[in-house]
Amino acid sequence: MSFLPKPKLHHPKLPTNALGFTRRDYEGAISTLCAGCGHDSISAAIIQACFDLDIEPHRVAKMSGIGCSSKTPDYFLGASHGFNSVHGRMPSVLTGANLANRELIYLGVSGDGDSASIGLGQFAHSLRRGVNMTYIVENNGVYGLTKGQFSATSDKGSKAKKGTINADEPIDLVGMALQLGATYVGRGFSGDKDQLVPLIKGAIRHGGAAFIDCISPCVAFNNHEGSTKSYDFVREHNEAVNRLDVILGRAPITTAYGPGELRDVVQHDGSVLRLRKLHSDYDPTDRVAAMNYLQERKAAGEIVTGLLYVDPEPSDLHASQNTVALPLNRLDDAALCPGAAALARVNAGLR
Amino acid sequence: MVGTHAAADKRDERLRRQFANVNGSGSASANQLFAKSILRMGIPIASRNIFPSNIQGLPTWFEVRVSGEGHLGRRGGVDLMVAMNPQTWDRDVAEIDPGGYLFYDSTKPLPQSKFRADINVIGVPLTQMCNAAYTDSRQRQLFKNIIYVGALSALLQIEPKVIETLLTEQFKGKERLAKSNQDAFHMGRDWALANLECPIGLRLAPSDKVGDRIYVDGNSAAGLGAVYGGATVCAWYPITPSTSLAEGFERYCKRFRTEPETGRKRYAIVQAEDELASIGMVIGASWNGARAFTATSGPGISLMQEFVGLSYFAEIPSVIFDVQRAGPSTGMPTRTQQSDVLAAAYASHGDTKHLVLFPEDPRECFEMGAQAFDLADRFQQPVFVLLDLDIGMNDWLCEPFAWDDSRRMDRGKVMTAEELEAGQVFGRYLDADGDGVPYRTYPGTHPSKGAFFTRGTSRDRFAKYTEQGAAYVDNMQRLLRKFETAKAHVPRPVERPAAQPARAGVLYYGSSSAAMTEALAALEAEGVHLDALRIRAFPFHDDVLDFIARHDKVFVVEQNRDAQLRTLLMTEGGIDAARLVPILHYDGTPITARFIHAAIADKAPVLNVVPMRKAAP
Repeated sequence: MSFLPKPKLHHPKLPTNALGFTRRDYEGAISTLCAGCGHDSISAAIIQACFDLDIEPHRVAKMSGIGCSSKTPDYFLGASHGFNSVHGRMPSVLTGANLANRELIYLGVSGDGDSASIGLGQFAHSLRRGVNMTYIVENNGVYGLTKGQFSATSDKGSKAKKGTINADEPIDLVGMALQLGATYVGRGFSGDKDQLVPLIKGAIRHGGAAFIDCISPCVAFNNHEGSTKSYDFVREHNEAVNRLDVILGRAPITTAYGPGELRDVVQHDGSVLRLRKLHSDYDPTDRVAAMNYLQERKAAGEIVTGLLYVDPEPSDLHASQNTVALPLNRLDDAALCPGAAALARVNAGLR
Repeated sequence: MVGTHAAADKRDERLRRQFANVNGSGSASANQLFAKSILRMGIPIASRNIFPSNIQGLPTWFEVRVSGEGHLGRRGGVDLMVAMNPQTWDRDVAEIDPGGYLFYDSTKPLPQSKFRADINVIGVPLTQMCNAAYTDSRQRQLFKNIIYVGALSALLQIEPKVIETLLTEQFKGKERLAKSNQDAFHMGRDWALANLECPIGLRLAPSDKVGDRIYVDGNSAAGLGAVYGGATVCAWYPITPSTSLAEGFERYCKRFRTEPETGRKRYAIVQAEDELASIGMVIGASWNGARAFTATSGPGISLMQEFVGLSYFAEIPSVIFDVQRAGPSTGMPTRTQQSDVLAAAYASHGDTKHLVLFPEDPRECFEMGAQAFDLADRFQQPVFVLLDLDIGMNDWLCEPFAWDDSRRMDRGKVMTAEELEAGQVFGRYLDADGDGVPYRTYPGTHPSKGAFFTRGTSRDRFAKYTEQGAAYVDNMQRLLRKFETAKAHVPRPVERPAAQPARAGVLYYGSSSAAMTEALAALEAEGVHLDALRIRAFPFHDDVLDFIARHDKVFVVEQNRDAQLRTLLMTEGGIDAARLVPILHYDGTPITARFIHAAIADKAPVLNVVPMRKAAP
């Protein structure tokens, strides 16, 4: 919740995208989070992804719940409508918004308390329904706004800043998202922008329920020795299964590739997900294999990141609802109200 | 042929008949057949299912009220009991008014002690007849119900042609079933004509009092109202007694909202994971410019509280149909009450007030079901439509639904891209017109103007976060101003003056209306004259407070324990408690005319009203 607007001044020669927008046009208010907070890096990655994808900022609806992470939609895409709803309930609000207008891009931002504790039910059901959205959990394993309680994604044995050891099993949102039928599942790390930006870009271009678990260390309450969500711990244990580039049809391919086998996955909208495999046995289009692999690596103490699963031909809620092509919020009286003659027939049937 | 008995026993005008059955025995269609046959004879009826919270096996009752005056509320007492359920025999027999009739299955002889001397007993060996006619046990069960309808038609002089036509309509395209039902009907009818004295003292004479009225349940009517009101998103969670509202919406949507060229839907219905998600989806859809609603009952209202506060404070339209049942907690899920009045009016923590509508019957469920969406858009806040189980789940005889084709949806104050482009000042929470109602924009409207951040935290007139006391108070005061503006837009109360000047009045609302009308007539016949006012909405129109001011004492008739509407009147109208006399019925059954009559007559001395004459015994 920023009290200060950001100054509009910027360098006259800032690069522009295909729509003529600069990166600054995708920014929001000044962040009020702690300096060094992982969440600000994720906001920056969202800004970069939207800029790269030539998205009109006002065609994005950004939704969130309550918590540090849920404040961030104020800090990016200032020209978009935002909705900071109630704790743990972003998914239902986003689902309703999506039903009303299928033409906007829906970006849901949540945290581990918001999605894995109070909102676990709504997290699960929005993925089950295949709502066309990008759902990002900024996962720091801790409650920041209330000053340092464990969250449901805290690892068992992890140490709090005040020394308590977490005794409860963690919830792995990525594992759940795979099981619940999300059609695009990734895990990123706020400290690795090169990995995160393409993950977000691929999710935005995905035509179904896209979920990204983004580990995002809390510098105030969960970045100490003994924490399993600190910058140091995540860097040491991060195992990326692949590196991703999102290639739009018209964009020239400029990325310099390192060693490793390349695999292209073409999404329904024509965007290409180009994956450089870092683990040769990993197939991101095999849901069952992905679930097995994650469990194996977790047992080995690794945090697996990258694009973990994608269904290139996803379905979505509007397909299962069989709604008309025109957004429901644009239907007029003639399309919605059956009128007096039809009502007379209803009356006749009730006598 | 029945017309010759039009002037029969006076009691035919007060017939009230109760079937006692076992839930799940297939009796519902036989009950409907009986009820509709009376309607088709032009005689007004009121019918009610009284059922327990289970799937199959526990006793249920179906009650049909027939009155010469056309009263549609419950009267109280039973003139003819069709006792088909051994478990509740004693209670059923005890309920019959002296001189009334008991109809039962006489296959197994019952000891004399099981009967009463002051009633007429009619035995028909239904089981024996079924066993002789059918070999299949399912058929024996199903046709038993049609057989007793046949016997009743002879006893009460229901025209057989009417029932034959109804059976033909019901089994259209299934000729074999139609034939076997016709046969069973005549088996019962012929047996009664041959073995019983027909007709009995209660008989039905054709009439023309039904007119063009329709026979429909309030939940279906409200669902249809939502279709006419332009709702496109319905998010709900199954709960008795509201489930059939969402189902009614779906049924009418399938009929009226399917795009002819593509077969695709101009609506979306989501069965949510719980009531929190239901109202969340409604708020999300409304925020994004669709008309959206949920249907629920008391427990759902409790669960939705936090979101309702968001809808109020962030000023997002939401329409909530609450089909009330007996609370608190799980209460009596299949019994009726008007006990969510305060929960709806002040839902959520902090200072909140919401618009609440009180339909009296299915016709108003339809009208208010449509109007709720205009009010929600106009005032950008929650609108509750308070039905109850009695209106929602029972078929009521009511005036036909009406619609004016020149009517258009009132989408309220929505700023368009053109207006923004023309340079109109947009402050999401700015009171530009002085009526407390701000302008909003839909997401995605304009590339650079009109975007704002919606939040449940406090903000200034331009939607910027603030915790400054003055800005907070400014906003809270504007919300009050908006609520004041709404008073003139919600449905006005309906006044029914007494036949002669009265110093006392009575206020009532919702499903109490039919019983109230009858009670007023009975009281008037005894010389107790009361002006009556039916409240249709909260906030209270000035007419309500004027009405109270014009009378020394005002009865407030409600179906809850704590006199919730009275509390609301005292709180919002600053009315002295002593002037509002509560009349409360809350045992879970629909309020009866006899109850209201007795309760008011009992308290008449406090009014210094001297009865002019006693009614003839």
